[in-house]
Formats: sequence, structure tokens, C-alpha cells
Amino acid sequence: MEKLRERAAALLADGTVSLVIGFEEGTKRPRPFFCRTSDQASKLIFDSRCFHNLAVYVTKKELVGKEPFAVTAPIATLRSILQLYVENQLKEEQMLILTADPAGELFELRSFDEISAYVANFELKRGEREEEILHKIEGMTREERWQFWLNEMSQCFKCYACRSACPLCYCTKCVVEVNRPQWIHPWPAPLANMEWHINRAMHMVGRCTACGACGEACPVGIPIDLITRKMMEDLAPEFGYIPGLPARQGNALSSWRLDDREQFIR
Amino acid sequence: MMSDSNTFEPKIVAFVCNWCTYAGADLTGTSRLKYATNVKIVRFPCTGRIDFLFLLKSFAQGADAVIVSGCHPNDCHYTSGNFHARRRWIAFRAILDLMGIDVRRIQFSWVSAAEGAKWADLVNNTVSDIRALGPYTEYQKVAEYLEKEGFDGEA
Ligand code: SF4
Ligand code: SF4
Repeated sequence: MEKLRERAAALLADGTVSLVIGFEEGTKRPRPFFCRTSDQASKLIFDSRCFHNLAVYVTKKELVGKEPFAVTAPIATLRSILQLYVENQLKEEQMLILTADPAGELFELRSFDEISAYVANFELKRGEREEEILHKIEGMTREERWQFWLNEMSQCFKCYACRSACPLCYCTKCVVEVNRPQWIHPWPAPLANMEWHINRAMHMVGRCTACGACGEACPVGIPIDLITRKMMEDLAPEFGYIPGLPARQGNALSSWRLDDREQFIR
Repeated sequence: MMSDSNTFEPKIVAFVCNWCTYAGADLTGTSRLKYATNVKIVRFPCTGRIDFLFLLKSFAQGADAVIVSGCHPNDCHYTSGNFHARRRWIAFRAILDLMGIDVRRIQFSWVSAAEGAKWADLVNNTVSDIRALGPYTEYQKVAEYLEKEGFDGEA
């Protein structure tokens, strides 16, 4: 922690970066902190409780501007950052990453290749919660899955916290705000909720890195992150990707192969 | 198609591309091949233009099944629209299946401009499959409130 504060203070003092996106102590748990001067660097923290995906901020132009900045990022955040690179949303020369290895040793990453080489050491695994719920869903009949999700979705009140928390939901105009015609009704209702969630999942296909931020953000605890996660787990191998390791070859839905599966096509 | 009033007549919406399947369906007609009348055809420039939301909207508005069809691989008028579409369908089917939506109600196909008979078969087979499955009330129920609350086709 001391090392991080010292390093951040030095980076800000000599002008290498003009902003460090990190964490500070919050009321109950750490919260995002935008550190702009070396004096503020003493407030920075970075430990296992700091799991918010700060990658959500790195595409916000009004926040990061054009100056170089640094961001503290655990593995899940690094995965999101890789995907943002793949989608040409970040400039390598603008961003410096401060991360810590499993032993807590601080180090820096500066490019797609460096991040990619580091992340490749960590296999994407389901946690206890993911395994429990997905295992349950995988054992259901189709009708049971429909009931399960209808029931879950009935709690959704369209706050769009899931959308705001996702680092890859960076569009400035979202389909749910398209109103000529109104594609998806903005208020919570059975059909509108279902359409919103299928839509979200479809827009995340081949892009979600299973960081879990959306599920974490949902105030009513709908396990929506598991929809996009399962799609990633199941479809990444089919489309030739390693789950959780975005590759420069592009996105699943922006590319294709001559021999893509088609036994479902009559 | 002969039917008495007890037979369930599925409502089917077909999303087809302009260059192959639409022309193929036209050929079915000009060849005077008779086929089921349950299908309403919507023409698109390319299968790549067929947004997945169109399919969902069809179900919400009472369709019991959907047909999506376009040019065979390597025949796309725009070279790769159908390849992109095929990937999207793989993903879309996977999501729908996870959500518990009945993917048997979406029939994908390649029908070229020369395959008028294939189009007739495709429609006839889909109609008989869906007749066996029955109406898709499960999904329609979720959209029921729209009518009650007086929303028009814009939903
Ligand atoms: S887990 Fe959720 S927040 Fe994270 S990338 Fe996937 S959809 Fe976005
Ligand atoms: S965060 Fe939860 S309640 Fe809010 S829109 Fe997303 S799923 Fe619905």
C-alpha cells in the first residue's frame, strides 16, 4: 500500500500522469477515488476489498481527458481493459496500469501485450456463487428456465445500474433510449424487462469478460452477470477465443468463419 | 391447406433477404406451387440486416413461429452478410435457450432464388412442426399487458 501511494505521488508530482484512478476508504467498503494531486495519494488503498471495476471510468472522456492517467486494476479489471483495447476504445500511450501480483507486490503494465501476457497466467474460473446458480440453471428444463428468469426479471425496475457498471457498455446512445419507434419500453413491465435483458446479453456476446460488475451493481440482486458470463463460457471456445482473454483477432460477432456451425439451419 | 375450425393455424412471420429467399418465394408462386398460407413475409436487403429484436417483437405480437432465411453461404449479394448473420443466430439461439425461450419456434434456412420448391417445403414443414407444438402462449402472455393498457403495434 505504501509503495502504491509513493508511486502514485511520484507519477503525479513529475507530471507523468495527471490522474490516478484508484480506491479510497468508504463508509462501509472502499470506493472509487480520483486522485489528482500527489498530496491526495496518501488516501489511496488497494487490497482484496477493492473489486469495483474501475475500467468503467477509463472510457469517460469528460473524466480522463487527453492527458495520461494511471489506474489500479486487479485481474478482472485487466480483462475489461484488454477488451476495450480490442474495441479501439483506449490508447496505449495514455494509460498506465498499477496492479499487484497475488503476493501483493506492486508492478506496472503499459501495453496490450504486457497485460495480455500477464492475464494469460490466470484461468477464468467460476466462483462459488456463480457455480451454485449456474449449476442450478443448467439442471433445469426449458420451461423451468423460463419461469426462473421471468421471476428474476420481475424484480427489475430498469434503473440501468447494470449498464452503468459495465466497462463495456460505453455507447453514448443506447438502444433503450431509441424512441422512434420506442424499441423497448423504458418502464418496468414483463415484456419490456425480458427484451431489455435479452438485448443486453446480445450486445455483450463475445465482449463480456465476466467481471461480474453488472450483477454486483444490481440493487435487487438479479444474477444478470451470469447470462453474459455463460454465453462467454459457452461461445468463446466455439468462436475460437479463450474465455477471459480478449484477443486482437476482433470480436466474435464482428468476424466469422466459413465453417461456423450450422446444423440448426434447414 | 384444408383445415376445420378445430385445427390450430400457426401464425408465422418470415424474415427473408431480398436477393435469394424473397426471389425464391416469388418463384414458388410463379411456378404455381401451392403451400401453407400461414406465413407473412417481410423483405430485408440482407440477412445481415435482420435484427434479433424483430424476431422477439414478432413473438410479442402473436407469432407462434418465425422463419429467417437468406442466401446460401458464399452467395450473399454483399459477400458476407449471411456469414455475420449465421454467427449472430448461433449466439441468439444460445441466449434464448438459456432464458428458456423455445428455440424450436425459430426456423433458420438458406433458400436461393432458384429454390421455389424448397421454400414451399420449408413453410409447410414449419407449419406442421408448429401445429404440433401449439400456440406460443407462454411468450404471448408476457406481452398481454400491452393490449390491456392500450398500446398499439409500436410495442
Ligand atoms: S460481467 Fe457484466 S459488467 Fe462485466 S463485462 Fe460482463 S456484462 Fe459487463
Ligand atoms: S441493475 Fe438490476 S434492477 Fe437495475 S436495470 Fe439492471 S437488472 Fe434491472
